Amino acid sequence: DEALKTVASKYTVSDAQTPFAKATHYNNFYEYGTDKSDPGRNAHTLHTRPWTVQVTGMVKKPQTVNIDDLMKYRPIESRVYRHRCVEAWSMVIPWDGYSLSEFINFCQPLPSAKYVQFFSLVDKKQMPDLPGGYDWPYREGLRMDEAMNPLTLLTFGCYGNVLPNQNGAPVRIVTPWKYGFKNGKSIVRFHFTDKQPQTTWNEISSQEYGFYSNVNPNVDHPRWSQGHERRIDSSVFPKTVPTLMFNGYGDQVASMYNGMDLKKFY
Amino acid sequence: MPNRLIPYVKAVVHLLCLVPLALLLYRFKQDNLGADPVNTITHFTGDWTIYLLLISLAVTPVRRLHAKLSNLIRFRRMLGLYAFFYATLHLATYVFLFSGYDVPTAIAGVKAGHLGEIVTQFKLVWPTMWDDILQRRFIQVGFAAWVILLALAVTSPQFVLRAMGGKNWQRLHRLVYVAAFLGVVHFWWLVKAGVRTPWKDTAVLMLLLLARLAYTAWKRRRSSKTAARMPVSASRT
Repeated sequence: DEALKTVASKYTVSDAQTPFAKATHYNNFYEYGTDKSDPGRNAHTLHTRPWTVQVTGMVKKPQTVNIDDLMKYRPIESRVYRHRCVEAWSMVIPWDGYSLSEFINFCQPLPSAKYVQFFSLVDKKQMPDLPGGYDWPYREGLRMDEAMNPLTLLTFGCYGNVLPNQNGAPVRIVTPWKYGFKNGKSIVRFHFTDKQPQTTWNEISSQEYGFYSNVNPNVDHPRWSQGHERRIDSSVFPKTVPTLMFNGYGDQVASMYNGMDLKKFY
Repeated sequence: MPNRLIPYVKAVVHLLCLVPLALLLYRFKQDNLGADPVNTITHFTGDWTIYLLLISLAVTPVRRLHAKLSNLIRFRRMLGLYAFFYATLHLATYVFLFSGYDVPTAIAGVKAGHLGEIVTQFKLVWPTMWDDILQRRFIQVGFAAWVILLALAVTSPQFVLRAMGGKNWQRLHRLVYVAAFLGVVHFWWLVKAGVRTPWKDTAVLMLLLLARLAYTAWKRRRSSKTAARMPVSASRT
């Protein structure tokens, strides 16, 4: 494990943390298999160096950024976030990174850019178990104000070390008020656009996964009640706890959705 | 298989059918049920329900392969009952662990002498479960499959068979195919789009259904041939 030099952050919750072993062996990273225990076993074939991140679309100047430069661009903060999966389980994870807004400012998007889409790596050589039936690469995206919200974390590490491969090394997104699948892993490209971008799960099944996918106990998924969640902590049997609107981050994010019918824009 | 061996083989089959449960309890004791034990137990008991259903459905086609295998029929009922046993564990996992039922509070209540706590806690999660039954098709088909297995289990004793009459009993127990089918549908409807984990169970079920159809067709053809020959043989006598 490669330790990161981190600074404290005000964006931190005091909930009991999920043990490292659980957060790194229970992952949805379908490029490495569809079972949640698969990525922990298979993702060692991911090469995180050399790694570059492309900046494309509606920006002043398209460019390619080296991962090591990206990591040095701003001080890396240690932030403890609640993490809520659409499958009705949740974790509390100390992530390490800095606000995506800092990087977006660096990218200099044009005023016409309204959304940012991020592309995950797809490489059959590094992903021998890449399942068929999906339109790879994995794509996710945010509205510009969501991407600029200081909570949205450009993440390089967790638990004080660089990200384990199965958690989306070397760089991923964490938006703690949204369901986990919004958090693209192993990102190779940021694309700025004026149209709501395609996102993988929304494309597969739009009635199940909306573009916004804000954590919302009042909007059920066809298969999972979203009213409560199993909180995976150090106990053998996770306790079921009520799910909070915006995963408890309403103070910081609710105003972005003023006047929107969140049952319609789920 | 010689008939005198059957009680011993039965004992072995009992043990084998309990191995998955023992394994699950062992993993629980070792704190080795993964990050999300409720999910692990749900899938484990669900998988074994389908496996045992498929094994019990395989009994008939396998014994038809050879006359010596015919007493395999003596194991079919217990295999079916074990399928029901794991289905019930699966349902109980949903009711007591998945739904948000507060098991520690219920246990504490019972220990303090308030048996009613079991019901009190149930009433708290009941609305969510009712909502699931009304809204989620994978829960509906899964529950329907369990109800079928329940009906087969309660009618499985010999005396019920006699009371019902063989024909009725058989008609009812053919529903086991429906239960297995619903079980597989339940599995498909619960996995995320693009996940193909249920295909193996599906393939085995299809194979077993085909074996049954093929056998029926073959028997029908044979009996119609025999019927056609009848007058000839009759004239000879």
